[in-house]
Formats: sequence, C-alpha cells, structure tokens
Amino acid sequence: MKVALIGLGSVGRGVAEMIARKDLGLTITGIADSKSGLMDPQGIDISRILANKKKDGYCGDQDLTADQIIKNADYDALIEVTPTNALSGEPAMGYIRTALNRKKHVVTSNKGPIALAYKELRALARKNGVELRYEATVAGAIPVMHTIENGLAGNEILALYGVLNGTCNYILTRMAAEGLTYEQALMEAREMGYAEADPTYDVQGIDASIKLVILANTIWGNGMKLSDVDRTGIDLLTPDALRLADEEGCTIRLIAEANPRRHLLRVSPRILDKNHPLVFEGTLNALTLETDMAKEITLIGRGAGSIETASAILGDLLYIRDHHVQRT
Amino acid sequence: MKLEMKDSPGQLVAALKPISEVGGNIIAVIHQRQPDLDGDMLNVQIVLELPEGQREKLVGLLMEQGVHIQRIGEERLLYTRTVILIGHLMHTDLSDTVDQIDSTGFAEISELAMSMPAVNQRSSSRITLKALSREDMDAAIAILRRVSQQKSLLLIEPLEESA
Repeated sequence: MKVALIGLGSVGRGVAEMIARKDLGLTITGIADSKSGLMDPQGIDISRILANKKKDGYCGDQDLTADQIIKNADYDALIEVTPTNALSGEPAMGYIRTALNRKKHVVTSNKGPIALAYKELRALARKNGVELRYEATVAGAIPVMHTIENGLAGNEILALYGVLNGTCNYILTRMAAEGLTYEQALMEAREMGYAEADPTYDVQGIDASIKLVILANTIWGNGMKLSDVDRTGIDLLTPDALRLADEEGCTIRLIAEANPRRHLLRVSPRILDKNHPLVFEGTLNALTLETDMAKEITLIGRGAGSIETASAILGDLLYIRDHHVQRT
Repeated sequence: MKLEMKDSPGQLVAALKPISEVGGNIIAVIHQRQPDLDGDMLNVQIVLELPEGQREKLVGLLMEQGVHIQRIGEERLLYTRTVILIGHLMHTDLSDTVDQIDSTGFAEISELAMSMPAVNQRSSSRITLKALSREDMDAAIAILRRVSQQKSLLLIEPLEESA
C-alpha cells in the first residue's frame, strides 16, 4: 500500500521510522514537512530523508508544498500528522478534505479537524467510499477506537470516564506524593519534557475536553463541541486538598466523563479512592467504558510519545490495508 | 433501637446476628438489668447504621428470633459523600456555605476538615455530607455546586460510577 506522510515532527518521524524498520508492506510515495516536500511513486528512501531533515531541516524540495504532495502524489492513504490547531483545524482540515475528495483514505493524529468537523469529514469520506481513521487522536497508543468499533461491536456504550491527559496526571501524582505545590510540580513536568512551555491546553483541561468531544461524537454521534464541555482544570489545586483527600484513602485526578442519558460532558478534578482503576502514577492514560453487555472495560496505556503514537497510526493503516486495499 | 428479650444464654448474640446479615454496622450495645423488670427479661439498646431499605427486613428477622422490639429511633442520614472545597472559604462566609446545605434538608454536613496556609491564601477543606438517599445527595451537591460558583470556590466531587 502506498502512503503519503504529511508532518515530520515527533509523531511523523516515529511513523516514518517504523514503516522503514518493519516489513508491513507500506511504501511512502510522498512526504512533506512545513517547508519542503518530496514525491516518488517508486518509494522514498526514508532513512536518507530523515538524515537530511536532521542535517539541514528540510525533508525534500523547498519548491514542493504539502498541498501539492496531497493533490498530486500517487498514494492510497494519507497520513496527516501536522500540529493540532484546536480553533481552526487548519491546515490539516484542508489537507484531509483534499485527500478524501481524491478518494484517498486518511489516517490522522490531528485532534483539531476531528473535534471541529467530524460529522462533515465522515460524510465526505463515506461519499467517496474511503476511510477516515483517527485512533491516535485519543489516548495515544491505547486502541480505544478499535476497541469500540470491533471488540465491543454490538454493545451499547452507556457512559465513559477516563484520564486523558498525561501531563495533568503527572502533576497530580507529584503533588500527592511529595506535597509539591502546583507550580513546583508543573516546573518539574517541564524539566521532564512532559509539559509544554505554555501548559494552558493541558492544565486547564482543554486537551482532555477535545478528546472527550471526539469520543462522544464517535460513540453517540451527538454533535458535541468543545464549548459543550463543562470544564475545570487542575491549576487551582492546592497541596492541602491532596493531603485532605489522602487522609481519607483517596486522591485527586483529572477525569473526563460523558454520559448522554444524564446529559453529562465534563472534565474536572475528582476525588477517587486510591484503589480505583483510574488511579495510577505518571503520564499514563486510561479509559473506562460502561457498556450494556460487557459492563465495565478499562484500558490503560501510554497516552503520548513518538513511537507510541506511531503504533496507533500503523494500526489504522493496516486496518485500511486489510479491509480496502489488499495490495502491497 | 430498644429491644426486650429473654435473659437466657445466647439470646443477645442471636439478636445481634441479623444485624450483620442485613449489612448493618453496630455502633454501641447497652444492656442493663433493671430491678423493676421481670427476672427473666433483658432490655437492650442498640445503636446501629443500616443500609437503605434494610430496616423492615431486620425487624422481621429479629421477630423470628423471639425478640420484642420496644422502640426504633429515627432512621437518618446514611448516604455519605465527601467533597473538597478550595478557595477563600472564610472571606466568602463558610458558615453561610454550610447553612445553604443544612437549611435545605436534603443533606447535613457531618464533618469538616480545614487547612488555612496563610491570610489571603486560598484555603482547602474536606466536607462530608450525609443524606437519606442518593437523590437527596444529588440535590445537595447541586446546591453546593451553585454556591461554589457564586463564591468562586473550586468544588471537587468524587467520581461516582454513572450508568
């Protein structure tokens, strides 16, 4: 199967490396970063491209843009892994539309377009008879979408709740374990590379809310938007609050929760018993699904990382290969 | 509850057994031999917590044991939930915050633990509420949510399994 890779940040590099290293029958015929691009219907030598990128910052020809690759390259599936813009979804939104209109499958890790325009993009994919898959948008390596779509097929999903932001989980873990203030724990998270220079998206629960919206729209098709989420972050938590919870055998975690019957779509710090399955240390993510037949299912795993996210993207690509393309 | 039973070996234990069978928790047992009482009868007072809806079953089980129930005190406030409030709790009149819950009758505040780091810094408190039913508790929490919003307090609720 021929793929075009747009975006060569941490996730894009992870995907490129895994495609090169593993014999999965995937050939990259188009590649682009924000400044350059390259096309070759016979397949691109990935290790050479990654070395170039490392050396001078360009993956290919500076006259070739991502747009041109998406419009002109010969590929079956587009891998769209450019940075998320939660407000406009661009430029990813345009890339995805262009590929779908060319009847190309799309795999993305980009939360922006899926949270903003899921309904429209899904309709466009259906109209063109292709797949739009986005496993990597929620909870990194955890196969949430595959579980819902395949493993739990036929189940009615009644509610869900989970830890969808590893940065917050790390900060809360450290505040509870060491009695650190929020500011101290955030600083530590930055030093460890777990928090961005501007942590707003993470600590105010925006990132978790976007993922919650994606899950709700996927499962219930209820057209939820970011503004529908009742959202509270962790930036106003005190070490005393964690200590008061600890005295009762509990702790505090940032929980994303959806329950359409109770009209609940909420991200907020919550008190949980320390033995609760959603209480774990560090940057992991987890999601509990409450279903009619299987009852509760909890998935725990890595929520971020270059290779971890590549795992989710490759899962989507191989699904497309096995269900639609069937050629190598 | 106040019980009257035969003062014979094993009777008290037999009377206590149904309490654990219905999931009750015995807090205190007081028994006194009173001179004015028939020689072979024993008066026992038991203070206990019962899960919701188990009272009738317990009464039935006790009667089967031949225990006579003289009096059952009021059944009250057995559904508990603990929340944490963060903010300027004193400046925003904590006793008013507590009153707004207590005065509605949905729930009572049964415990309050507080920590105040310094003047002008936000304090944190852990509040345990007791109510008769989950519905009453939800109503009380809804009030607390509204009051917290009005007073710019951060309310942290427990995660309740929802479906």
